[in-house]
Amino acid sequence: MVRDSIKAEVKNLNFFYGNVQALKNINLDILEKRVTALIGPSGCGKTTFLRCFNRMHDLYPHNRYEGSIILKPDDIDIISPNIDPIEVRMRISMVFQKPNPFPKTIFENVAYGLRVRGISNKKVLAEVVEKSLRGAALWDEVKDRLDKPAFDLSGGQQQRLCIARALATNPEILLFDEPTSALDPIATSKIEELIVELKNNVTIIIVTHNMQQAARVSEYTAFMYLGEIIEYGKTEKIFTAPSEKLTEEYITGRFG
Amino acid sequence: MAIFDEELSRLKEKILEMGALVENSIKDCVKSFIERDNALAENLIKRDHLVNALDVEIDEECIRLIALRQPKASDLRFITTGMKIITDLERMGDLAVNIAERALELNKEPSIKPYVDIPRMRDIAYGMTRDALDAFVNKDKRLAMDVIMRDDEIDDLKHSIISELIFLMLEDPNIICRALRIIFIAQYLERIADHATNIAEMVIYLVEGKIIRHTTISE
Repeated sequence: MVRDSIKAEVKNLNFFYGNVQALKNINLDILEKRVTALIGPSGCGKTTFLRCFNRMHDLYPHNRYEGSIILKPDDIDIISPNIDPIEVRMRISMVFQKPNPFPKTIFENVAYGLRVRGISNKKVLAEVVEKSLRGAALWDEVKDRLDKPAFDLSGGQQQRLCIARALATNPEILLFDEPTSALDPIATSKIEELIVELKNNVTIIIVTHNMQQAARVSEYTAFMYLGEIIEYGKTEKIFTAPSEKLTEEYITGRFG
Repeated sequence: MAIFDEELSRLKEKILEMGALVENSIKDCVKSFIERDNALAENLIKRDHLVNALDVEIDEECIRLIALRQPKASDLRFITTGMKIITDLERMGDLAVNIAERALELNKEPSIKPYVDIPRMRDIAYGMTRDALDAFVNKDKRLAMDVIMRDDEIDDLKHSIISELIFLMLEDPNIICRALRIIFIAQYLERIADHATNIAEMVIYLVEGKIIRHTTISE
C-alpha cells in the first residue's frame, strides 16, 4: 500500500487574537484525500485552527499568525503575508455551521466563485454548476429549478448547495465547520455520506462537536485542548485506545 | 456521566457474580469426583442454569450499553471485553458440569488409584480463573500475564496423567472405561485453564488496547 501523502504541513503554528494566544505551537500533517476531524471542548481552538487554513482571520485586524502552513505540492506557506488570501480561498474552501446561501438563485450561488474569477462563458458556467451540484449530491433535486431562489431549499439542501458552491472552484482542501449541527438526522447522514464520497477527490478537515460523527467520517482525528493538539492519530486508535489521559477523559465524557 | 459509570459498575458486579459461580463449580466438580460426593455433583449440575441466565443477562446489558451509550476508549474496551469474558465463563461452567457428569459415572465403580494430579490440575485451573477475574477487576496487567504463563503447567500435568493412565490400561483392560473418563476430566480441566488464559489475554486488551491472542508472550 502506498503511504498517505501530505497535503498540508502545519509547523510551529501559533495564533493570537490581539494579545490572547489561541493556538499554541501546533505541528501536524494533514494527509491528502483523507478526512481529518478536529475535536475538543468549546474554546479549545479547533475552529480557530480551521480558519487559519483559508485565512479567515485576516478579515479582522490585530489577529496574528506565527509559524507556517505549507501547502503541497507547490510548498507555499498559506499564512505568509506575501500570499494573497483570495488565492488561498480559491484552493481551500469552507463550509460553515449554518447553511449560508447568497440571496440569489440556486444556479448563481454555485456559479458565484467562477464569476468572481471573471468567468462568464455560459456553457462553462452551466457545466461547472452541474458538476458541482452532482458532486454535492443535489443535482437531481434541483435540476428543474436552478433559477429559483436558494432560500426555497430545505436546510439540508441549502447546506449541500453551500458544498456545491465550495466545490465549484475545484478546491484542494475543503474545510467543514460543524456542517451538520443545524440539520436533522436524515440531512446529517446525507452530508456525512457526501463527505466520505468527496474525499476521493479532495482533502477534508472537519470540526465537529459530535464525536460519533468524527468517528463515522474521519480517518484521522486530532484532539485539541486549550489551544494545543493533545493527541493526533488514526481515528480508530483515538476511539478505541487513545494514548493520552486527557483524550480518554474527553471522548468518554468524563472531562473536567 | 454518573449514570453511565453506575451502569458500568453494575455490569462489572454481574460479571463477577457469574465468575464466582463458575469458580465454585470448578472447585466442586473435582471435589465431587475425589470425595465421591454425588450430591455435590448433582447440585452443581442443577445450578448451571444460573450461569447461563447471567450469560444472557450480561450479554443483553452490554448490547444495550453499546446501543444507548456509544461507549468509547476504555469504556468500549471494558464492555467488549466483558462480552467475551462471559462467553468463556459460560463454557467453563459447562466444562465443570461435564466433569461432574463424569464424576457421577465414575462414582458408581471403585476408583482405579488415588488421584493426585487431577486435584493439582484443578487447583491450578481454579487459581488461574480467580486471578484472571481479579486481574479484570483491578485492570492488573501483571497478574494477567502471570495467569497466561501458568497455562503450561496445566498442559504438562495433563500429559503426565494421560501417559500414566495408558500404562494402567495396558496392564488391566478392565479399567479402560474408567480411565477414559478420567482422561476426559483432565481434558476438561485443561480446557478450563485455556478459557482462563483467554480471559487474561482480554485483560491485557482491556488495559493496553492491544490484542495479544495468537502471539507469543515475549512480544
